Amino acid sequence: MPMGEVKVIGAATSLFSARVEWALKLKGVAYEYIEEDLRNKSPLLLKYNPIHKKVPVLVHDGEPVSESLVILEYIDETWKENPLLPEEPYERALARFWAKFSDEKCVFGAWGACRAEGEEKEKAIESAHESLAYLEKQIEGKKFFGGEQIGFLDLVVGWMPLWLGVMEEAGGMKLLEAEKFPFLHEWAQNFIEIPLIKECMPPREKLANYFQASLSYLRSLATNKP
Amino acid sequence: MADEVVLLNSWASPFGSRVRIALAEKGVKYEIKEEDLFNKSPLLLTVNPVHNKIPVLIHNGKPICESLNIVQYIDEVWRGKSPLLPSDPYQRAQARFWADFIDKKIYETGKKIWRGKGEQQETAKKELIEIFKLLEGELGDKPYFGGNNFGFLDIALVPFYSRFYTLETTGNFSIEAECPKLVAWAKRCLEKESVSKSFPDPHKVYEFVLLVNKKLGIQ
Repeated sequence: MPMGEVKVIGAATSLFSARVEWALKLKGVAYEYIEEDLRNKSPLLLKYNPIHKKVPVLVHDGEPVSESLVILEYIDETWKENPLLPEEPYERALARFWAKFSDEKCVFGAWGACRAEGEEKEKAIESAHESLAYLEKQIEGKKFFGGEQIGFLDLVVGWMPLWLGVMEEAGGMKLLEAEKFPFLHEWAQNFIEIPLIKECMPPREKLANYFQASLSYLRSLATNKP
Repeated sequence: MADEVVLLNSWASPFGSRVRIALAEKGVKYEIKEEDLFNKSPLLLTVNPVHNKIPVLIHNGKPICESLNIVQYIDEVWRGKSPLLPSDPYQRAQARFWADFIDKKIYETGKKIWRGKGEQQETAKKELIEIFKLLEGELGDKPYFGGNNFGFLDIALVPFYSRFYTLETTGNFSIEAECPKLVAWAKRCLEKESVSKSFPDPHKVYEFVLLVNKKLGIQ
């Protein structure tokens, strides 16, 4: 195992941050976790991620890597135990494609539906359902996206069991309905039961408070507009 | 068994050019199917049902979508020749980070220039120059973003050089004046056959962008 000092600059409420910790734990890599207050960004974060100023950042022997999907690939290439990406190039391309799709359409789709109101909300929910339908097809017939064991795409979609549930509650909507998406729903139940995954998630109440507060703040901005 | 490689493309697309450059670097023979983006073929809609976008690489019947994804796939399949990504994991991460940055920022900001006007356009021009200056910083004194060798990040960025004439004409500014190092790098890349052969004529690209604007009802 490559030696070296590994740090993760993250935030307990960040779904992007969690996936990096899951990957390191899956590979048995010891790391120091540094919690970032996103409303009051530290000089450390600004030094290691000057471009985006976001979490997560992985710092390996003082060298920073930013953007969670880039970090996951770096972790996979540096620590070879429990490979995240499949070996075969076409399978790898599919995993990367669906990872990007999930982040761009599902995460922001869910958050958009959460924030929206009225007719806009209906449209956003419909759009989110369409996106989830694609992932439902991908998981059909498999225990995990990675096959028998969790892999890259499981970690990337891994925000759903907890974070999506919290967004649904905060937004007063149901997205990952068991009747509509039975395979994805079952996958979510299996994923969240994995000990190293479970250990590394924020308490539901903390996350729920965070989302409620974010929503209230955004809605107050909207109503205060001239 | 011979490889069957088909690329669904649009001649003016910088994203499509990335794939053409990568295939050329690896010496892969392929067939191009040119798409009319205002009249997408049933094939395109079938192989990329999620986004309906080009480029799509179809390798022995299997479709791969998203240009950077395709370039990585090409690098992994045809690994005997001209490696595109560096071998060191940290260097690879840096290349992927900056390619992702390019994808997030350049095209959207560019569109605000060639489709926009007034203050929105002015803001976009400043943003674009800032983005290019950041990239110049990343390039440093190296001949290519990949170091001594042309690579992944060069491939990700150089196709946008074909849009510089469009940006400068619609935006009435000079990118070269602000970012001479970047333009010098682009010209250096154009000396490579893999780049020049797929590089569309910037004046034709400008005409094309104006045509698209018209079709979209933008003055």
